[in-house]
Amino acid sequence: MRIRVLRERCVGAGQCVLSAPQLFDQSDDDGTVVVLNETPSPEDEPAAVAALGVCPSGTIRLDP
Amino acid sequence: MPESTVDAPHFPAPRTHPFDPPQLVSELRESACPVGRVSLYDGTPAWLVTRYDDVRTVLGDARFSTVGGWRFQSSASRAAAERAETSFTAMDPPQHTFYRRLLTRHFTVKRVELLRPAIETIVGSTLDEFLAGPRPADLVSGVALPIASRTMCHVLGVPYEDHQWYEERSEVRSLLDADPAEAEQATQDLLDYVDRLIERKLRSPGDDLTSRLTAELLEPGLVTRAELIAILRLLLTAGHETTGTMIGTGVLVLLQHPGQLDALRRDPALIGPAVEELLRYLSILHSSIVRVATVDVDLGGQRIRAGEGLIAAPAQANKDPRRFPQPDRFDIRRDTPGHVAFGFGVHQCIGQAIARLEMKIALGQVLDRLPALRLACDPAELLYETSNLIGVHALPVTW
Repeated sequence: MRIRVLRERCVGAGQCVLSAPQLFDQSDDDGTVVVLNETPSPEDEPAAVAALGVCPSGTIRLDP
Repeated sequence: MPESTVDAPHFPAPRTHPFDPPQLVSELRESACPVGRVSLYDGTPAWLVTRYDDVRTVLGDARFSTVGGWRFQSSASRAAAERAETSFTAMDPPQHTFYRRLLTRHFTVKRVELLRPAIETIVGSTLDEFLAGPRPADLVSGVALPIASRTMCHVLGVPYEDHQWYEERSEVRSLLDADPAEAEQATQDLLDYVDRLIERKLRSPGDDLTSRLTAELLEPGLVTRAELIAILRLLLTAGHETTGTMIGTGVLVLLQHPGQLDALRRDPALIGPAVEELLRYLSILHSSIVRVATVDVDLGGQRIRAGEGLIAAPAQANKDPRRFPQPDRFDIRRDTPGHVAFGFGVHQCIGQAIARLEMKIALGQVLDRLPALRLACDPAELLYETSNLIGVHALPVTW
């Protein structure tokens, strides 16, 4: 799995950080998403899927 | 708009149980067309969206706009208040994105966590005063609302002695049955107040968000003064009644579920899930999240025409059994992620990390410091607020 983000869509709601803090952070400059690990381990994949499900702005994409 | 509104039921509709959706919503959700016509206070037709997936579609899809949504608010005074709204909540991307991006760095999860010591102090001193007073006492006016007000005053650098003045004006904007002219005047009063606040922060800045935004945005010319006033007006009134209602009414729900209250006292790690379930279960916003279709869209078995309004409120989505089995049951151990209590889409609440932190600290300290907390009246005597927000009006308790 590979995490991609469409950063221009991000509204800094922080849902990804709450559901997968090991994979996502927020920029100090503008609060938008920062991917900490683009290729999550199999154990972290469910957290990535959860983050995808709660992102309000359609910023997160998961490629197989 | 739909041509005939004669048969459309009125919305908001009365509730049988204060925290459960009206029968109208539950019936519509299970019907073949879960997006249904309703008639607003003045006969204006609107579409009521009742299923979780459809609410997320309306709030997350660019074919639905927030512009002009005031026309589908649930009372004349709410419509007047929202019509006067000039902040980014009344804009679509990309205009909305520009303004929101100027603010988001101040509301990240990390940044908000830095508020923890200040909020702990606010909650602690509020409870000190409450516990030193007579009992029984009202937990809503004595604990819940002051915590929320003092937190927002701290964040924005607003003198706490002003809170009653601006909260009264905020309430006029929120009430469903206020005079529309008064709602407009209240909005203007708040804008004038924020203008004076900015003036003070320009002269003597402090360690607060108003000062930072004034220095970061206004002084370099990234926003005009009118734009900053609109932003700060929104921030000033968005965080006290909402979070205060959640804290006060949250305590009531916990008292009504003593088994879960005990579990929470034994295992403080449950506070996070408990807060999320309270947000889902109470879903205090039941009518005021509204969008307008910009093109014809098929949704929930209906053809929505461009220009028509849709009510896509959290209260409907969060009680959809397709997403949350037995939705009217309060269960702090349920799988709550994905609830839309803070909305969904690009307008999802910017202050949600503050609200979560405040609720966790407030509920945690209340349970910790009032081990014998109990209701001091017959639950049937409790009065509920069924205005813009759903919640208990007052909560007489003893301890």
